Amino acid sequence: MSNPQQLRYTKEHEWLSDAVDGVATVGITEFAANALGDVVYAQLPAVGDTVTEGETCGELESTKSVSDLYSPVSGEVVEANQDVVDDPALVNTAPFEGGWLFKVRLSEEPKDALSSDEYTALTAGN
Amino acid sequence: MSTAPRLTALDALHRRLGATMTDFAGWDMPLRYASERDEHNAVRTKAGLFDLSHMGEITLIGPEAVKALDYALVGNISTVGVGRARYTHICREDGGILDDLIVYRLGESEYMVVANASNAQVVLDALTERAAGFDTVVRDDRDAYALIAVQGPESPGILASLTDADLDGLKYYAGLPGTVAGVPAMIARTGYTGEDGFELFVAPEHAVRLWEALTKAGEGAGLVPAGLSCRDTLRLEAGMPLYGHELTTSLTPFDAGLGRVVKFEKEGDFVGRAALEAAAERSASKAPRKLVGLIAEGRRVPRAGFPVVADGQVIGEVTSGAPSPTLGKPIAMAYVDAAHAAPGTSGVGVDIRGTHEPYEVVALPFYKRQK
Repeated sequence: MSNPQQLRYTKEHEWLSDAVDGVATVGITEFAANALGDVVYAQLPAVGDTVTEGETCGELESTKSVSDLYSPVSGEVVEANQDVVDDPALVNTAPFEGGWLFKVRLSEEPKDALSSDEYTALTAGN
Repeated sequence: MSTAPRLTALDALHRRLGATMTDFAGWDMPLRYASERDEHNAVRTKAGLFDLSHMGEITLIGPEAVKALDYALVGNISTVGVGRARYTHICREDGGILDDLIVYRLGESEYMVVANASNAQVVLDALTERAAGFDTVVRDDRDAYALIAVQGPESPGILASLTDADLDGLKYYAGLPGTVAGVPAMIARTGYTGEDGFELFVAPEHAVRLWEALTKAGEGAGLVPAGLSCRDTLRLEAGMPLYGHELTTSLTPFDAGLGRVVKFEKEGDFVGRAALEAAAERSASKAPRKLVGLIAEGRRVPRAGFPVVADGQVIGEVTSGAPSPTLGKPIAMAYVDAAHAAPGTSGVGVDIRGTHEPYEVVALPFYKRQK
């Protein structure tokens, strides 16, 4: 699997797009989606919620387990992906595209983001 | 204590297939190959191929093998004909369940006991001790067999293309020695999926050849390799208990709603008889809790250990829970207070990380195949 170069990443396996007009998109990586197995339920932050970098903001439930969703950045949620709420399997089939989770209006730049290469190195041992 | 996990004879093959592996009872086993939901649905509608080599086989041979088993187990093994199998339990003196087992009668005085991987040593030790006064050998055959299961509605056709054995004559819970894909095998019509299917006990050195032959034979029929993850959701839908979840040493078969496996009418004493007679009486008059099915109204999944609640009070505990691919909703098995155990009881919920999610109480199983 390859992690798109233009995205930034976290150690908790979320990705973050470059902000356009101050709004960035958040999802989980393909590595995380594979580790979870079939995602069956996504609890995403609601529009208007304030999220904080490194803190939990939702959960993803798979056949075997439930995992906390961490926000890779601080800001205000401006959109949650209703397609994923309706069909959580999108997280598995298209984690970097149609399986995105929510969009945030950034209140500050992320402090701990990793580059694609750094994230790839982090997960290479697995 | 940390030891390297044991590998089955099919280990290299699983890795080649890209399986996600998991530690299970000290074995490194395939959890899933791709999507566990797809594997689950394949077994329900077509066929799935499982490596179950972690299961523990113990053989009893001798003129008094059957007497030893009747004494050691709660079932009436004397009534099992040659070539037939029986689901049963082995209990402690206090009636607590040590394991659930399948006993296959392989010959006039030869029986194979199949125990759960996590309990195989306990069962071997108990059988060895309990059989000591009988004219029988108790043999540890855990390393003598690999176990491959082919399960699902297409499995009879797939297997029939590889064997001359009389599969039509092989009933559910029967087993016969035969040859499959040129490999000697004990062919059993058993499984843990709620579907028709077969379990093939073979020498480990023949496992790869058999797996590959089954894979090829199943190509046109939609057979896929299937891991332990879907095995768990398949058995849960079928309402089958799993040791360590629905069955534990602190429960008797009567507590687990499986009192029918205890045969008081059999000849002679058996380990746990007195305690089980008391348990049977208790269960008939004032059962504290009952095993029920729960179906979610929402989408959050109950897990083992989550409290079952009604009117803000804890009234039970989830023993197994998963999203059900067949029902399209989360389901669970749970022990709940008798007052809330009737199907249709309203106001029952599961405490999922602090939120009380509404659940419907139903009778088990969740799924029964059309025959």
